[in-house]
Amino acid sequence: MTWVGRSLRRFEDPALLRGEGRFTADVAIGARIVRFLRSPLACGRIVSLRPPPDMPADALFITAADLNGTATIRPMLHRFAYRPVEQAVLPADRVHFVGQAIAAIVAPTAELAEDLLEAIELEVEAETALVTMDDALRPGAALVHGIAHGNVAVEGIVQSAECDTAFVSAPHVVEIAIRSHRQNATPMEARAGCAAYDRATGRVRLTASVQMPHMLRTGIAELLGMPESDLQVIAPDVGGGFGQKMALFPEYAVLVWLARHHRGDFAWIEDRYENLIASAHSRDQAHVLRGAFADDGTLLGLEADILANVGAFSAYPTTCGVEPLMAFAEYPGPYKVPAYSARARGVLTHTCPMAPYRGVSRPVITFGLERLMDRAAKAIGIDAVAIRRRNLVDAFPHQTVTGLTLDDASYVETLDDAVALLDIPAFRARQAAARAEGRYLGLGLAVFNERTGYGTPAFAARGMGIVPGYEVVDIAMTPGGEVEVRIGASPHGQGLRTALAQIVADRLGLAPDAIRIIHGDTDRTPYGWGSFASRATVISGGACQTAADKLAVRLRAAAATVLQARAEEIVLRDGAAIASNGSSVPIAALARQVHQRSDLFEGFNLAETASYDPAGTFSNACHAVIVEVDAETGHVRIERYLVVEDAGRIINPLIADGQVRGGVAQGIANALFEEVIYAEDGNILTGTLADYTPPTAAEIPAIEIHHRETISDATLTGAKGLGEGGSIGAPAAIANAISDALAPFGIEITEIPATPPRIRALIRAAQAPR
Amino acid sequence: MKPAAFDYHAPETLDQALALLRDHGEEARILAGGQSLVPTMAFRMARPSVLVDINRIAALAYTNVEEGELRIGALARHAWFETPVTPHPVGQLLATIAHSIAHAPIRQRGTFCGSLAHADPASEWCAATLALGGTLLLARPDGRREVAAEDWFHGVFTTAIAAGEILAEVRLNLPRPGWRYGFAEFSRRAGDFALAMAVVAMRVEDGMVREARIALGGIGGRPILARDAAASLVGRPAGADTARDAAGRAAEACEPQDDIHAPAEYRRDLVRTMTRHALERAFAA
Repeated sequence: MTWVGRSLRRFEDPALLRGEGRFTADVAIGARIVRFLRSPLACGRIVSLRPPPDMPADALFITAADLNGTATIRPMLHRFAYRPVEQAVLPADRVHFVGQAIAAIVAPTAELAEDLLEAIELEVEAETALVTMDDALRPGAALVHGIAHGNVAVEGIVQSAECDTAFVSAPHVVEIAIRSHRQNATPMEARAGCAAYDRATGRVRLTASVQMPHMLRTGIAELLGMPESDLQVIAPDVGGGFGQKMALFPEYAVLVWLARHHRGDFAWIEDRYENLIASAHSRDQAHVLRGAFADDGTLLGLEADILANVGAFSAYPTTCGVEPLMAFAEYPGPYKVPAYSARARGVLTHTCPMAPYRGVSRPVITFGLERLMDRAAKAIGIDAVAIRRRNLVDAFPHQTVTGLTLDDASYVETLDDAVALLDIPAFRARQAAARAEGRYLGLGLAVFNERTGYGTPAFAARGMGIVPGYEVVDIAMTPGGEVEVRIGASPHGQGLRTALAQIVADRLGLAPDAIRIIHGDTDRTPYGWGSFASRATVISGGACQTAADKLAVRLRAAAATVLQARAEEIVLRDGAAIASNGSSVPIAALARQVHQRSDLFEGFNLAETASYDPAGTFSNACHAVIVEVDAETGHVRIERYLVVEDAGRIINPLIADGQVRGGVAQGIANALFEEVIYAEDGNILTGTLADYTPPTAAEIPAIEIHHRETISDATLTGAKGLGEGGSIGAPAAIANAISDALAPFGIEITEIPATPPRIRALIRAAQAPR
Repeated sequence: MKPAAFDYHAPETLDQALALLRDHGEEARILAGGQSLVPTMAFRMARPSVLVDINRIAALAYTNVEEGELRIGALARHAWFETPVTPHPVGQLLATIAHSIAHAPIRQRGTFCGSLAHADPASEWCAATLALGGTLLLARPDGRREVAAEDWFHGVFTTAIAAGEILAEVRLNLPRPGWRYGFAEFSRRAGDFALAMAVVAMRVEDGMVREARIALGGIGGRPILARDAAASLVGRPAGADTARDAAGRAAEACEPQDDIHAPAEYRRDLVRTMTRHALERAFAA
């Protein structure tokens, strides 16, 4: 019986459920309050910026002039015609989007800080904002940044003669244009930071709600030109990140600058309005996708034209290439695509910058590809399941047309499972009966793979100036026999303290509660990249397993000395080191002896380090959904939501299912509810949770989850990542289900979120006399 | 987001509250449930310099039935209506509506009269009071005055209230048997402001509609009565065709607003469907 595979309750939860978690705002009590003046205009020249007329003595007003000498945020890609857009920590002369931080006020209370913010004298000479991709790509359009001609910051192109041939000769060419509107990841805890100056050492401790504490330290030290070792970054309890909290935001640099220059404690706790307008957005994409198909439904070639609105700047360290380039590289998904041509562009606009959000481009490409499959099935006259089965990769490893290696997976099997669970013939009968009553039921499928646990090679292939690949783990046993595992990854809700403890416990013959996972503190953990891209369980987990194995070697050697046995015959089990003759010593007693009786042992050290940097693996899943659409109101009710997921070995099923459910909820948000809306002048209209509308528990159905466990050799633990999959499959499955429901009207969903007004507009148009 | 500075008073009698309003004039605002006012202040869209908190005025916390009317005091919370406050069918209508108002925590604090005073265009209580032909009682330093619901709503967040007045009570008519009621609304998410709603009250005798009122909410600056649609019901049999025709008239006659949540054309669709649903529910009651 192993600990891996058990639904252990999360060690993290009791404190969180009792309200005893420690978030940045808890740490910030007593610090001086920092609030940011945010640009009221999307584009313009700062004509004047003056402090409030009556500044109290204990308040500060900080502008670009104060930060003189600070470097700009300038992440780099060395490929794909990347234009290295630069972002000043605070702008000196121009504003680029509504919400951009222009100046900071420091005051003893938040109320006073906001009073002072209102009194700042700011004059911006407005210029015409480029808000949409159409605006920015129009020939002769002004430039958001002078270095990016045509407002294209990054461009990937692959052209294939085979693809051209396929399209010329194919009996069926099917095209679809899709649009995904802009989302905000909306973590429950918005951004927050508290920088505290230590007069004894001159160091600054930045406590912040972030996903990549080590990277943030490096980035801020570079910006401010300070020794990196003078900065400690702590990510305490973090209330969700979903990618939004990866980026190096200017606000954090200001906090550290304040702490150093004013030798005190300074806190910025973002409010929801700021988070909605000025943190980071995502998914603002438009694709045109074409498929060449044979008469039997075989996909012969795929063409994709991908546009991503990346906003006004480029997020550090992932760059504004993250969305367009992921779509570019991964569009073929789980299908056999023999020929592929694609063009992907990241388009600069005067809007909030884009950053990764759970799934990154894959919710959009899955939406595109799975809608294409349904449309092709209809055009060719074959079944939607059959066309998928015909084209899904079924022999592994499979080299994709974009150079990726698909390891062992269960693309066809998860589809077959879902189809069997759904009982499609019974559904079709029910659907027909409902239509006779004027009710519209629909069934939608989405099959996809999810690239997870990818290390250096994947990021290096993008030409990233910073390659966030490996993870390092330091493991040590205390004299008391507990294990301290220091990880560079930085969980923020994923339950890694529990899951990694399960992995380590099995290797050392201990119970998981003897394993302490230490994370989120640059002073106490080895350099690492953090938690994002469905990587931590795979990469940090693999490093934990190796580190534990190395520690086990030391423990067995020590036990051999104590038990007068050979190390090879010692096993670690149930908290003891046991020799083949049955004699044993408790591991805790062994640990104490090794530390305190170095006269008895050759080595006195019970510490090890391990790292892991895999090429990556692919999880996969099939989502299936049944909806009912009210044709009069456009309302979509989800009747059943089914996920058949394969993420290899499941470390903790409870946590895995939680990840799937949370992801599906965000995918439903993407499909039906959430949209960041800008006015034509670049003002943002969705600055509250009454206007930007994430679904609540009432809108999320029960989600039925089934697992397969295909173990490939791509990862050390057999586990594949699954953090993003839920969000990837849902938009496609729901859009397909709505399209199926509204087939009698000849309606297909090509734009998400498919809100009730959009669905009604489609129905109205379909019913209008022609 | 933090509110601008304000002074705070918590009187214990209505007279003290009126005196505070008199002393502070236009700068003062009444705080009852605070579920609209407090967030608006946090955004600094409202910045009263004086708050008069009436929550300690115990005499305002009631609902009772007298002289064929349901009388609702200024501190009656939304949640009080979740179970019928009177066996009269109006009690059931209000209970149905109460469950559609925002979320449970908000219903514990927010007040019926506060909704009328705030006059949000999407307030369920506003549309209901209009449909039921309610009367609003305003307390003022020199006594009281009454305003009919039809005269109360002037526009978005503006009403017939005058400086120095407090909305102390709303009275809803509980007519003799034969009246039936129906309510329907559509919102994107549970508890959201409705994009459109309809509240109907009608008297049906021998299967024929004899009197009817239809109030629509959530579609423009203020709740309105769909008079033509209501008139079209009179003399017709209670049934699906009657409901469909009247709903169509209500939709054609209204002038819905456009916003990021719903284009006007969509709101008109919803008016048609919600009016029909409300009428069908009333017929079935």
